[in-house]
Amino acid sequence: MTTSTFSEKPKFIEDSAFDLGEAVSFVEQPILEKKNISGAEAVILSLIAEQVEAVFGYPGGAIMPVYDALHGYNDKLKHYLVRHEQGATHAAQGYARVAKRAGVCFATSGPGATNLITGIADAMIDSTPLVCITGQVARHLLGTDAFQETDVIGISMPVTKWNFQVTRADEIAEAIAKAFYIAESGRPGPVLIDITKNAQIEMCDFVYRKCTRVRSYVPQLPIKMKAINEAAELINHAQKPMFLIGQGIILSQAQEELKKVLEKSGAPAASTLLGLSALSHTHPNYVGYLGMHGNYGPNVKSNEADVIIAVGMRFDDRVTGDLKTYLKKAKIIHIEIDPAEIDKNVKTDVAIISDAKEALIALLPKLKQKTYPEWMAEFKECDRIEKEKVLDKDFAPNTEKIKMAEVIKMLSEKTKGKAIIVTDVGQHQMTTTRYYQFEQTQSNITSGGLGTMGFALPASIGAKIGRQDREVIAIIGDGGFQMTLQELGVIMQYEVGVKIVILNNSFLGMVRQWQQLFFEKRYSFTEMHNPNFVKLAEAYNIPAKKLEKREDMSNVLDLMLDHKGSFLLEIVVEKEDNVFPMVPAGASVSNIRLE
Amino acid sequence: MEQAYTISVFTENKIGLLNRITIIFTRRKINVESLTVSESGISKDIFRFTVVIRTTPDYIGKVVKQIEKQIDVLKAFYYEDKDIIYQEIAMYKMPTSVLAKSEVVEKIVRNNNARILTIEEEFVVIEKTGHEDETQQLLEALRPYGLLSFARSGRVAIAKPMKPLALHLKELQEANS
Repeated sequence: MTTSTFSEKPKFIEDSAFDLGEAVSFVEQPILEKKNISGAEAVILSLIAEQVEAVFGYPGGAIMPVYDALHGYNDKLKHYLVRHEQGATHAAQGYARVAKRAGVCFATSGPGATNLITGIADAMIDSTPLVCITGQVARHLLGTDAFQETDVIGISMPVTKWNFQVTRADEIAEAIAKAFYIAESGRPGPVLIDITKNAQIEMCDFVYRKCTRVRSYVPQLPIKMKAINEAAELINHAQKPMFLIGQGIILSQAQEELKKVLEKSGAPAASTLLGLSALSHTHPNYVGYLGMHGNYGPNVKSNEADVIIAVGMRFDDRVTGDLKTYLKKAKIIHIEIDPAEIDKNVKTDVAIISDAKEALIALLPKLKQKTYPEWMAEFKECDRIEKEKVLDKDFAPNTEKIKMAEVIKMLSEKTKGKAIIVTDVGQHQMTTTRYYQFEQTQSNITSGGLGTMGFALPASIGAKIGRQDREVIAIIGDGGFQMTLQELGVIMQYEVGVKIVILNNSFLGMVRQWQQLFFEKRYSFTEMHNPNFVKLAEAYNIPAKKLEKREDMSNVLDLMLDHKGSFLLEIVVEKEDNVFPMVPAGASVSNIRLE
Repeated sequence: MEQAYTISVFTENKIGLLNRITIIFTRRKINVESLTVSESGISKDIFRFTVVIRTTPDYIGKVVKQIEKQIDVLKAFYYEDKDIIYQEIAMYKMPTSVLAKSEVVEKIVRNNNARILTIEEEFVVIEKTGHEDETQQLLEALRPYGLLSFARSGRVAIAKPMKPLALHLKELQEANS
């Protein structure tokens, strides 16, 4: 026996003295087990263990064993054959956004895998959980420039939350369990598992346990009450508080908590593009939509607010405009799950690193019951100005052709704001998000951060498959539609009942608008000679109609909405209409243009 | 104003993680001035990256948060030069004849606190640890005498602040339980 010469409490702990625990932890009880099966079957059983209902994919050489294994499980796992792998990712995104869980895609190696990248990048920037599984050439061929070999791990690294290459069958179950855990926890995002062909063919004993922890990854930091108290103090003493709400509300299912906080604090709330539908547009505290083509009030008033409470949003440049002039009068509270977003674009005074729901639950009892009639009246006054300068023009039937805004307004009324609205990118997207009166949550599916044209058609397919009980309407421009129109084949083959509205102005409208406003009307390659969309749809056995006259609009929209199953409606709209208000890129939100 | 920062990253030992970390710099057009990767003292499966970059005080924190955000990264820290003790190692290969012919090279070695690692028939290898300017100074001093080859490592660094990594890791574990 020796006596320690150190005091009982050592002053310093050695780095090596700390036990970090297991690198990855799993639930002890397996969900699914099967002896001596192929890696490919293990892939399928892993997805079944995760209760995946739908997979969007496209087969090819390197993933053929997985497709072969899938053949025996068609009753448990529904696979949708897309017409291009980009369509698989967007469909999986649409599915994930409405089904509240990761969307799953399959693709083969090489071009199959690279075709996924746009959708993965879109999911990354818009925080959508995806699990993408790609086939890869056999282990011994890696690095030999084998047929359809591409470094998909390297290529997808900047646009995935996590990715991993599996080269042995016995790695499959754990890799997929980890993939789902990482994709769906914390700030959601896309993950990719690349599986070499030999790993799909080899045999293994399959045991599936759900992943519960990765020691190097903290999905959610514990909430700091000090920050909550500081935030409550600022809100309770504010003269002109304002909430900026983002997709974090929807992702954390904090819609009810948000309502309670708004109703108690009395503060107005404006939504980002991806935050739309988190709060009903008829809620008394809802003052509109932020950003480049958002509402007048929320944009200019954010620069007059004295306390800003940003919840689950990331201060995208399309929301902030010129940062040097943004929110200069306000103390800023930022509630955000991802620590890397804090102070990234806008310096915060109080950071609450938390998921939106927990933060709002903690905040609610600390808030005083308040109202701001004068401050709210300022927003009303802005609405009046916006109505006079923008809405009255947008809705006035004073043009030869129908205007986009008229269509959206009528569609919103006819669906009572309760449809899932999937938009592409451009003028139609901004018009739809401006004028569709979202009543129900998880109803706005759009490509926000990446601005991916071609997103809407496949995303609407995924959304409909995820929520068969709801009306899903894809609203797409003539340009974006032609980027992924091959996915009409999926609608045909699986009878996916989406309604497709093409707002056809025979232009790449938003680019044309910029050319008009900032490039002296030099319309460089923005005019489009379009195909006959109705015939195209009919080629895919999808009923279709072309609408040109304003007086027919109501009847034709009814016809589409009443139709059971998919329907394509082409609406010929004004060619050179502009979307206003507009914060020119790089300008201050205070300098929003109304005309 | 841009200045040098030393970033210490503690990670799982995973293929491709180096790439995940460097693309964070690439995307922001930041050059990596020096990089050292090796097993850490914590355990065999935890690795330590030491990266030296130049950027602004405003930007460094954002970049390090992006590194820490990577799934397989346990913890990332950044330091200014004044907050760390750091060293690099340099090796210089010289013809054995220059040592035999004159005492000058021997004096240079002595004055620079360098040491001779090996003496072969044709060449000797001299080793010096120190800051980059010190190893550079020795390089300039030896060059006129027929330097055959030169190699310098990336930086390794130990932080001066006394909060041990173990405490950071404990916090991490508590947050993750």
